[in-house]
Amino acid sequence: MPSVTMTVNGKQVSGDVEGRTLLSTFIRENLDLTGTHIGCDTSQCGACVVHVDGRSIKSCTLLAVQAEGADVVTIEGLADGEELHPMQEAFRDCHGLQCGFCTPGMVMSAVDLLNVNPDPSDHEIREWLEGNICRCTGYHNIVKAVKQAAQTMRGQAAAAE
Amino acid sequence: MSETGIGASVKRKEDKRFLTGQGNYLHDIERPNQSYAYILRSPMAHAKINGIDTAAAAAAPGVLAVFTGADTAELGGIPCGWGVNNKDGSPMAEPKHPMLAEGKVRHVGDQVAVVIAETYEQAKDAAELIDVDYEELPAVVDMVKAISGDGPLVHDEAADNLCYDWELGDEAEVNQAFDGAAHVVSIDVTNNRLVPNAMEPRAAIGEYDKATGEYTLYTTSQNPHVIRLLMGAFVLGLPEHKLRVVAPDVGGGFGSKIYHYAEEAIVTWAAPKVGRPIKWVAERTESFMSDAHGRDHITHADLALDAEGKFLGLKVYTKANMGAYLSTFSTCVPTYLHSTLLAGVYTTPKIYSEVKAIFTNTVPVDAYRGAGRPEATYLLERLVSKAAWELGIDQVEIRRKNFIPKDAFPYQTPVALQYDSGDYDATLDKALELADYAGFPARKAEAAQRGKLRGIGFSTYVEACGIAPSAVVGSLGARAGLFESANVRVHPTGSVSIFTGSHSHGQGHETTFAQLVSETLGIPLDNIDIVHGDTNKVAFGMGTYGSRSLAVGGEAIMKALGKVTDKAKKIAAHIMEASEADIEFKDGKFTVAGTDKEMAFGEIALAAYVPHNFPHDQLEPGLEEQAFYDPMNFTYPGGCHICEVEVDPDTGVVEVVGMTAVDDVGRVINPMIVEGQIHGGLAQGIGQALLEACVYDEDGQLVTGSYMDYCMPRADDLPDFKAATTETLCAHNSLGVKGCGEVGAIGSPPSVINAVLDALRDRGVSDIAMPATPQAVWKALKAAETPMAAE
Ligand code: FES
Ligand code: FES
Repeated sequence: MPSVTMTVNGKQVSGDVEGRTLLSTFIRENLDLTGTHIGCDTSQCGACVVHVDGRSIKSCTLLAVQAEGADVVTIEGLADGEELHPMQEAFRDCHGLQCGFCTPGMVMSAVDLLNVNPDPSDHEIREWLEGNICRCTGYHNIVKAVKQAAQTMRGQAAAAE
Repeated sequence: MSETGIGASVKRKEDKRFLTGQGNYLHDIERPNQSYAYILRSPMAHAKINGIDTAAAAAAPGVLAVFTGADTAELGGIPCGWGVNNKDGSPMAEPKHPMLAEGKVRHVGDQVAVVIAETYEQAKDAAELIDVDYEELPAVVDMVKAISGDGPLVHDEAADNLCYDWELGDEAEVNQAFDGAAHVVSIDVTNNRLVPNAMEPRAAIGEYDKATGEYTLYTTSQNPHVIRLLMGAFVLGLPEHKLRVVAPDVGGGFGSKIYHYAEEAIVTWAAPKVGRPIKWVAERTESFMSDAHGRDHITHADLALDAEGKFLGLKVYTKANMGAYLSTFSTCVPTYLHSTLLAGVYTTPKIYSEVKAIFTNTVPVDAYRGAGRPEATYLLERLVSKAAWELGIDQVEIRRKNFIPKDAFPYQTPVALQYDSGDYDATLDKALELADYAGFPARKAEAAQRGKLRGIGFSTYVEACGIAPSAVVGSLGARAGLFESANVRVHPTGSVSIFTGSHSHGQGHETTFAQLVSETLGIPLDNIDIVHGDTNKVAFGMGTYGSRSLAVGGEAIMKALGKVTDKAKKIAAHIMEASEADIEFKDGKFTVAGTDKEMAFGEIALAAYVPHNFPHDQLEPGLEEQAFYDPMNFTYPGGCHICEVEVDPDTGVVEVVGMTAVDDVGRVINPMIVEGQIHGGLAQGIGQALLEACVYDEDGQLVTGSYMDYCMPRADDLPDFKAATTETLCAHNSLGVKGCGEVGAIGSPPSVINAVLDALRDRGVSDIAMPATPQAVWKALKAAETPMAAE
């Protein structure tokens, strides 16, 4: 079995995996980080989105061995200790989640959107999140949450300058 | 209003764990030494099994056991929970639904064998080595063909593939109403088959404890106690005290996780045989071919009207697809949840409904968000709009003219239900205002300048939920009661655990229920814990579906809380040496009327567990109460949905540009959560109307078996919603609540299709089926352009 080493949520981890093991499986089963969810088998639901080297990616589209040496952040690594990330906070404030199953992927995807576009329009948010399916919320409150987070984060960025 | 009580948009208690990846879904549970199951499913819609050779699979690496129908044939079938009788009083056809196929497979995805191995991959690899000798049989998918007399038989014991032929009302009497009618408007509609697609796939872990003889099933269920009852009593013959069912965080249900499924029985039954816990998690493809599907009705309906447009009578003839086997609630969906709703919000005096339930070689069909009520609302609201167009009456006018007036409640419909409260003009008025109906002609004209066809569509609806009064459903064939239980445990330091039989899988019970407690006992939310989803913790429960959690489960909690405060008053009276009648309880404090004596709730709680001077003959120690609540009637939320669309005539693309929903769901406990529930329902309703269709080909192959082919609503398919509520209180429960989980999915689909038809009307299009995809719309436009060339 090949072994693989990467950084996950700031910690270096390694493990033995089969060649066919997906990054999503490695994260869930080897690392026991079960916040990354599996909602489909055709790479279309987005429940498994994590950040790899700073960009959002569906972790079921990558083999674990392809992430060799990568810097991975999962939903468990987003908050700063007890303090929620502004995106997590906004999802809670705006009721952007119900059953919570799509939520980790949705949040990770939305955070990446704000990295590349700090002030997205409703339309841009909806287009960006097209790869994340939510069956519960109808997306209305998710869009609202992303806008709120964008505003908070722009405020934080301005304050830091 | 307190910040944490009834009416406050309290942020959800459950969110932090979900937002930080700490949710505990079934797939996340690892039992010590667990093994993994893979279910081998039929690739054929209909075939005889002449033999199954499992030897190679059993010898494959890591394999612990392989089982087939031969091993489980002695066990009971997966039961149906509702008996429906034919017109002549004879019982419905109810063939066995085996947990593993016995001699025959009847739909693509039917479970044929299970392989249990050290790892999931090993189990799956080994399953490929199973040699099933199938003899393919002709399959029947189409309902009309199935009952034509010469279609293949899904079950030998169901002649003509008929499960039942049922009716409600007196057809001859309704025909008389038609005789005197000035107009008769008719419609043929199909309610498209849907795949529920909760984002968390179903999963189960079966476990057996040799020392205690206790079985545990962890499962993705909306109602663990119901699963315990169905699986324990009817399938495996296990007594309840030796069977624990746990449904932890569940990632959405929408009905699809109500039912008892074969995989639950398989892993539970096999666990002691393998001597290890067995975990099964569905792949999405399996969900498509094994989760119960929804809807799938074909209906013809006739509406009789007088010269002024008043409804005189309604006749509805429905064919309902049951799929290959009867799922738990399947049989009551087209009958008691559909036909009884055909009065809608109108005073139609005479109604007749006939339902033929039909077996086909497809996945079983059962309740999906709304269950029967979306089908009734769809045909009725399509018919009403069609009548308005045909008679040249305004869409709003025809509805108002026929509304049950607000002073007519309680209102007895001709189809069994008695509506307790409502004000349909109020919801309509508010919706017209929010949707700016008055401004529609200007918007239409503006759209026309851009080459777009703009249309507006209405749906005014009522639904029956808060399921359900046991006596009523019992008389209609339900094999269970539909009450709910609650237990309130006050701990010595004044914090409270609530044990509820309701199950939250997105609804936010941990917050809404806690608000009921905070309001009643005057304690902060942090001191309240809502416990659900474990038969070893919660006394009993019928679970969550049919918008029943608050109206039934919440009422049970209120009833138990009432018992707790009664007892607490007794304790307070004893300690403060007052008469019980003088004790008042408000804002978390017990006071003696006319004095300044008071004790906080926490002090009474402590006293209850430190009963040093309790009079033993009058006062028991402790503060914990149990209640069962059985509703007296269904609840009847209703409202008005108005959809506005723009159609691009060149591409057929329909864009929803406005979606307004005004719903009367009774008293609202948490407005934020209620709005979220309505949004979710609207998304599923728009999905049904424009995007989603479960398609089988003639041979029974599932064409839409993944997200590649089944069109789920995505963020860029949907608009912002305008959702609001009006309030008439439920007349028969203490909170005045009605339920909000299904309204969005029930009310919206006809509003969307009516809007599409309104947009296309000028171009000569008078009918379109769901989902109104770009292709369907474009074809309808082309066919209307050149009527001869249609087809
Ligand atoms: S699990 Fe990765 S996209 Fe669905
Ligand atoms: S919150 Fe349930 S799928 Fe999005």
